[in-house]
Amino acid sequence: MSSKNLYRGYEAVIGIEVHVQLKTKSKIFSSDATNFDAADNENTTPVSVGMPGTLPVLNKTAVQYAIKAGLALGCTIRNRSVFARKNYFYPDLPKGYQISQYDKPICENGEVTITVDKIPKKISITRAHMEEDAGKSTHFGDYTLVNYNRAGIPLLEIVSGPDMSSPQEAAEYGRTIRQIVRYLDVCDGNLEEGSLRCDCNVSVRKAGETKLGTKVELKNLNSFRFVEKAVEYEIDRQIDEIEGGKKIIQETRLYDPDKNRTFSMRTKEDAQDYRYFPDPDLLPIILNESDIEQIRKNLPELPQKKAARFQSELGLSEYDAEMLTAEKDLADYFEIVSAKSSNPKLSANWIMSDLIRELNNSKTEITKSPVSPEGLAELIKLIDGGSISGKIAKTVFADMWITRKSAADIIKEKGLSQVSDTTVIEKMVDDILAANPSQVAEYRSGKTKVFGFFVGAAMKASKGQANPDVVNQILKNKLDQK
Amino acid sequence: MDLIQASFKQVSDAVKSKKISATEVTQFFLNRAEKLNPKLNAYIAMNESALNDAKAVDEKIAKNENVGPLAGVSFGIKDLLCTKNLRTTAASKILSNFIPPYDASVVARLKSSGAIVLGKLNLDEFAMGSSNETSFFGKCYNPWNTAYVPGGSSGGSASAQAARIAMGTIGTDTGGSIRQPASFCGVVGIKPTYGRVSRYGIIAYASSLDQAGPIVSSVEDAALTLEVICGHDDKDSTTSTKKVPEFSKNLNTNVKGMKIGLVKQYQNNDLLHPDITKTYHAAIEELKKAGAEFVEVSIPLTEFAVPMYYLIAASEASSNLARYDGVKYGYRSEFKDLSSLSLDDFYAQTRGEGFGKEVKRRIMLGTYCLSSGYYDAYYNKACQVRRLLREQYLDVFKNCDALLSPVTTSPAFKVGERSADPLKMYLNDIFTTSTNLAGLPGMSVPFGFSAEGMPIGVQLTGAHFEEQKILNLAYTLESMSSAKGRTPNVF
Repeated sequence: MSSKNLYRGYEAVIGIEVHVQLKTKSKIFSSDATNFDAADNENTTPVSVGMPGTLPVLNKTAVQYAIKAGLALGCTIRNRSVFARKNYFYPDLPKGYQISQYDKPICENGEVTITVDKIPKKISITRAHMEEDAGKSTHFGDYTLVNYNRAGIPLLEIVSGPDMSSPQEAAEYGRTIRQIVRYLDVCDGNLEEGSLRCDCNVSVRKAGETKLGTKVELKNLNSFRFVEKAVEYEIDRQIDEIEGGKKIIQETRLYDPDKNRTFSMRTKEDAQDYRYFPDPDLLPIILNESDIEQIRKNLPELPQKKAARFQSELGLSEYDAEMLTAEKDLADYFEIVSAKSSNPKLSANWIMSDLIRELNNSKTEITKSPVSPEGLAELIKLIDGGSISGKIAKTVFADMWITRKSAADIIKEKGLSQVSDTTVIEKMVDDILAANPSQVAEYRSGKTKVFGFFVGAAMKASKGQANPDVVNQILKNKLDQK
Repeated sequence: MDLIQASFKQVSDAVKSKKISATEVTQFFLNRAEKLNPKLNAYIAMNESALNDAKAVDEKIAKNENVGPLAGVSFGIKDLLCTKNLRTTAASKILSNFIPPYDASVVARLKSSGAIVLGKLNLDEFAMGSSNETSFFGKCYNPWNTAYVPGGSSGGSASAQAARIAMGTIGTDTGGSIRQPASFCGVVGIKPTYGRVSRYGIIAYASSLDQAGPIVSSVEDAALTLEVICGHDDKDSTTSTKKVPEFSKNLNTNVKGMKIGLVKQYQNNDLLHPDITKTYHAAIEELKKAGAEFVEVSIPLTEFAVPMYYLIAASEASSNLARYDGVKYGYRSEFKDLSSLSLDDFYAQTRGEGFGKEVKRRIMLGTYCLSSGYYDAYYNKACQVRRLLREQYLDVFKNCDALLSPVTTSPAFKVGERSADPLKMYLNDIFTTSTNLAGLPGMSVPFGFSAEGMPIGVQLTGAHFEEQKILNLAYTLESMSSAKGRTPNVF
C-alpha cells in the first residue's frame, strides 16, 4: 500500500470517469462512418441526427469491444444489460436524449493496478457502460455551429472508485487505462482528438477524517499532464477555501491549461434531472457465458503481464521491460527482434536507443519503421556472430534506415565486414610493430600504457574493420613474446 | 370497373392484366379526393408525383416486370409515417416544414409492392387524441355525418377510407388509434401484434405501444395489406423475425369450435351506450350461429389500463418529442435579438409555439412521471402493472382463441363535444388500450349502426402473432353483417 499523500494536513480523494471512444468502423446505432478527418457533418444519416421516426440499431462490434475492455479491466460482464435514455436538451444532442446505460451497465466491479514511485496500488472500477457520443458545438459570438459527425460514436465510460489520493496517481490511472484500451485495439487513445477523455472528481478532507468531502468535477483535461496539474491546482484551491472558512460547492469546473487554473462551469443547482428510463427502441443485450468466454480467450497479453514475462523469461531489467511494453506495437516489435536474434538484451538496447531515436526524429510510427524487426534481428545476429563490430553496426543501421536494404547487403556492398582472420591481422600487427620500434621498446620496458597506441594504429590500418578482440589478443601475444 | 367496391386483389389483377391502368385508378381517386376532401379535411397534403408513380407501375407492367400484389392500389398514408420527398408533419406546427429524405419502412414496402401513395392523411397532433380535433391543419370530419368526429388519432385515415377518397389507408395505433376511428367511420382496422410491423420512419409517440396497420374497406383488403407491411426489418430491432403467414390466402369463415372470450370486466359498464351493447350482442349471436363457443374470462387489471396507458405513453412521448427543438429541422421561432437570447428561451419559445395544447399536456405529464422522486410511483409502477396485465392476457389465451368486445363505449360523438374535458376523452380508450399494453393484435370490424345512423364496430383481440384467427372471425362477422358494403351517402 502506498503511504497517504498529505497536503497541508489534508488528503485528497479522487475518482475518474474515462470516456473511451470505441474504434468501430460505424457508429453505435447507425451506419455512419466514424473517421475523425471527415468534413463537417459528412458522417451523418437520418438516424444519427435524430430525424423523426428513425430508430437505433445496435452495432455488435461495439458490444464486443466493450466486453473486451471490461474483461481486461477485471470486470464482471452482465448477462443482461439495458440501454436507457438520459434526457437533456442541448443542440449537439440530436434526439434530446443520449442513449446510455443506467442501472444495468454491461461491465461492473473490476480493478486495475497502477504504479507510482515504484509502489503498486489497486484502483477499483465501479462500472463501465456503453453510450453514444454527442456532437460538437462551436460557439461564435451570437451563434453556434454544430457538427454531428461525433454524434453516435460508441463510447465506453469507465468509472473508477474514489481510490486515488494524489495528482500523480490520477494521471497514472489515466495512462494505465489508455495503455490497456490501446493494447486491446478498441480505442486509439488520442486525447487531443478526444477519443479518450478524462473527468476527475476531486475532494479533500482532513487527514484521518472518514467522511468524504464535497466533490468537484474537473473537465476539459486533454492530456495526462493536464490531469496532474488540474488535480494539483484543485486540491490546493479546495484546501484554501476550507482554510479560508468557506464551503466547497458541488460543481463542474473546467481546466484552463494556459492559466493553469480551474474555473466554474456549472453548479449543482443547475444539475439536471436526467429522467433515465429504459429505451423502448432497443432490446436488452443478452450475453451467455460462452460468448463472454470466447472473447476472454482471445484477449491479448496485457502490458503488466507482458512486462513481468520480459523480466522473468527474457532477463530484461524492470526499466527496460516497462519501456518496451509501454505500447503494444513496440512490444510486438521487440518480441520479433528478440526471438529472431536470440539476444533479448541486445535487442532491447538497439530498440530503445537507435530505433526509437530514429522513429522520434522522423515522427514515424513503429509499425511503419523502415527497418523491419526481422531486419534489425539480422543486424544483431551479425554483431553477435562477430561479422561486424558494434561501431560499424551503427553506420549499417543508419544506412538501413535510409535505403531499406538488408544489413548483409549493406555490409557486402560497402566492404564493412569485420576482419577476424588471424593471419591477416597478424601480418598487419607485424607491420605496425616493425614501423614503431621505439614504442615497442617502451612497452617492453614496462610502460604498458602504450598498448592503446598499437590498438588504435591497428584499427586505423584496418579502417575499423578488424575485430578488436582479435587485435587485442594478437598484439598482446606478440608484444609479450620477446 | 367499380373502383368504390372492388377489392385490392381485383384492382391489382385488373391493373396487371391491363384492363385498367394504375394511372386511371390513381386519377379516379385523386378526382374524388379533390371533390370531397374540402368537406372532410382528411388529407393534409396530396402527393404531387402520384400520377408519375402510377405511370412507373404501368410502364413496369408494359415491360412484363414484377409489380407486386398491390399494383396500382392507391393509398392514403397517415401523416405520421415519413414519406421521402413528401412533407410529413405529424399534424404539428413544429414539423410543418419537414420533408423527410427517407420512407418509413411501411411506406417503402407498400411502394415496392406496387401501391401508389396518394397523399398524407390528417390525425390528432402527434397521434395524441381520440377525435382528430387536435391537428394543426384543422379538424377532420366523419363522412357519415360531418357534425361528428371521425375518431382518432387516425381520423384522416378512417374518414378518407369511409368516403373512398383512397382505396386503402394506413393508420397507427398506440392506444386504439386505428380501431376507434375505424369503428366510428364504419371501416375495417387492424393493429397487428407489437413487433409485427416496423416502426422505422413512423414518428414516435409511445415507442413501446405504437404499431401501424391498415384501415381499409374489407377484411380481405386488410389481410392482403398486412402481408405486405408485416415482417422483420433490420432498421427496427423490436420487429419480430417470425414468419408472416399468407393472411389473405388463409382467410375463411370456418370458426366452428373456436373459443371466444368475453371479458368479465367489460360487461355492464355504466358508460356503455345502448346502441353499442346492441351491436355487441348481435355479434355474439351471429358468431354463435356460426359455431363459435363463448366463455367468460377475467382480466382484472384491465380496470387500470387507461391510467397505465396514459402514464407510459406520456412518459415515452416526453422523451420522444424532445428532438423537436428547432435546431436541426422543423419549425423555429423567429428571434430578432440573438445577442440576448438564452438557449433555454430558444427552446421554450420554439417548442411553446410549435406544439399544441394536448401535446404539451402529455409532455408535461410524462416529464413529471419520469422525474426523480416520482419515477417509481408512476412510470415504474405502471410498467410493473403492465407486465402483470400481459401475464393475465397470456393466461386467458391458454383457454380461448380470441376476445370479443366493444371498441368504444359510444358511437362517434359530435365535434367539440368532448374537447373541453380531456378525462372524458381519455375514457374513450377503456376497451382499446389494454391491447397495446399487452402487445396483442386487435381489430375493429363494422357490425351495425346507431340510432343516429353512425357506424359501430366490434373489437376482436387475439393472442400474440395470432392475427389470422381474428381476421377469420372478422371475415365471418363481415359476411353476416348488415353493414357490409354500406358506404356513407357522401354529399
